[in-house]
Amino acid sequence: MTISNSGIATPSAQRAGMPLLHKVIFLVLLAFLVVLPFLVYPVFAMKLMCFALFAAAFNLLLGFGGLLSFGHAAFFGSASYVAAHAAKVWGLTPELAVLSGTVAAAFLGLVIGALAIRRQGIYFAMVTLAFAQMVYFVALQAQFTGGEDGIQSVPRGALFGLISLRDNISLYFFVLAVTFGGILMLYRIVHSPFGQVLHAIRENEPRAISLGYNVNRYKLMVFTLSATFSGLAGATKAQVFQLASLTDVHWTMSGEVVLMTLLGGMGTVFGPLVGAAIIVTMQNYLATFGAWVTVIQGVIFVIGVMLFREGVVGVIARWIKRPL
Amino acid sequence: MFELLGIPPQALLGQLLLGLINGSFYAVLSLGLAVIFGLLNIINFAHGALYMMGAFVAWMLLNYAGIGYWPALILAPLIVGVFGIVLERLLLSRLYHLDHLYGLLLTFGLALIIQGLFRNYYGISGLPYRIPDALAGGYNLGFMFLPKYRAWVVVASLVVCFGTWFMIEKTRLGAYLRAATENPVLVGAFGVNVPLLIMLTYGFGVALAGFAGVLAAPIYSVNPNMGADLIIVVFAVVVIGGMGSIMGSILTGYFLGLIEGLTRVFYPEGSAVVIFVIMALVLLVKPEGLFGRAT
Repeated sequence: MTISNSGIATPSAQRAGMPLLHKVIFLVLLAFLVVLPFLVYPVFAMKLMCFALFAAAFNLLLGFGGLLSFGHAAFFGSASYVAAHAAKVWGLTPELAVLSGTVAAAFLGLVIGALAIRRQGIYFAMVTLAFAQMVYFVALQAQFTGGEDGIQSVPRGALFGLISLRDNISLYFFVLAVTFGGILMLYRIVHSPFGQVLHAIRENEPRAISLGYNVNRYKLMVFTLSATFSGLAGATKAQVFQLASLTDVHWTMSGEVVLMTLLGGMGTVFGPLVGAAIIVTMQNYLATFGAWVTVIQGVIFVIGVMLFREGVVGVIARWIKRPL
Repeated sequence: MFELLGIPPQALLGQLLLGLINGSFYAVLSLGLAVIFGLLNIINFAHGALYMMGAFVAWMLLNYAGIGYWPALILAPLIVGVFGIVLERLLLSRLYHLDHLYGLLLTFGLALIIQGLFRNYYGISGLPYRIPDALAGGYNLGFMFLPKYRAWVVVASLVVCFGTWFMIEKTRLGAYLRAATENPVLVGAFGVNVPLLIMLTYGFGVALAGFAGVLAAPIYSVNPNMGADLIIVVFAVVVIGGMGSIMGSILTGYFLGLIEGLTRVFYPEGSAVVIFVIMALVLLVKPEGLFGRAT
């Protein structure tokens, strides 16, 4: 089961460290993000960064691991719940709350991943979706999740117990550090020897097996890593909105992250970030149209699959003949 | 009257009946998925949306055209089936040369569109659909009360399921279908119009979903979200049964409905997740599914 794409990082890019083009893009992006909270509403910008990290984490699995999960909301949402609970009930500081949410997602990813990789292709997608629905039902019924209400008014607290994050701007730079750091770590994973083995497995699984790679172990590792970073995104999101709710674990959230990655360009480094930016901005401006947002997302899905499988960044990468 | 583990028999049988009804829907829907998967190799994510559409078409026929339940039972699946054929011709058929996951993504998008549109025009509160007069009321069996309509749902789904099984496993058309599943190129070389076969198969599978929707309309209120959550459970059913066998997907559907009903008696909190737990166990013990072929 391979999803072909054009924007795959080539081995040469790996040998020379981060290519200049990518360095420039990351620096420009960072500079842009530093001034962004002074241009737009900081909470919107933080939401954008959380979803960019979420989509990048998902892309690690789909674009670089070749595995389509339809249940990533489970990791995003459970981390969101655990982080909110940790900050509100246990009174942990923000960085520890985010860390506990991330660890919870990693553990859940390990368990679900171990079961899901026993099936392939379409079944894999269905299995992950079904387990995510199970997590949803647990979140609906469990005591600590607050059912329909979710966990509300989560305290933002003080970073390391010292720096108050109550102010939007100081929280913004915390979120920027976490998400940007997360995205750079994902970049490093993709361009590591581990990432190259993933590439080999995606292109030709039987051959990777014959070369002596324990394919299932690699799949489980990439699944767990993807779940971990999705959890990091979800836990950070809980701090931003001071809320963990059923929306975070619902299957529509799983669908949204697939859409972001597909639209931006799966298997590209920057595609998921662009896709997340487009979708979050669209939701923001179309919020008044209610259910039409769902219809428009569906239409984008259909157009994306029918005509635009490389995604925005994939197309640009083809034009400039460089992996992005 | 006997008692089983402290559970009054009325409650037990009542829940078993409810389970059997849920199982009927699981069976008809997973059968449709299996039929489509067999020939097209795609998982139809829009199946839940088309099931919902079947219920809505029945409601519209009644409220806009005055057409009652019995004609709707034939008409609504036909309309949904034709709608499915249009989707197949316009969109799905252009993706067959790609990875099957694109079919999944496309049908997911279609499901969002269909659900979103109905939600826009009809809200999410749900619309009532009256049980037809002939099936109103029920039988008093002495030990429990059996609503006529619920009995009808079980009978109708059994007839449709086994009719489909018979058509696929025992008729000439079914033989073409099974052959095309194994090797579409060779079957085409024998002069069978395979693209036509694929189109009709998709239409038929989707019509099954529409039929289930009409059956469901009087039981559950007709609402745009009725298919979304159901289809995920049906996916789990399909993973448990494996899609290799028509009979397998039918039996798994009824069986899991009954298990769910039993769970509701003995451990109500677990009833929403029991099917997913069984899926996890099946993945551990027999990953290819109870009736699946190892791949």
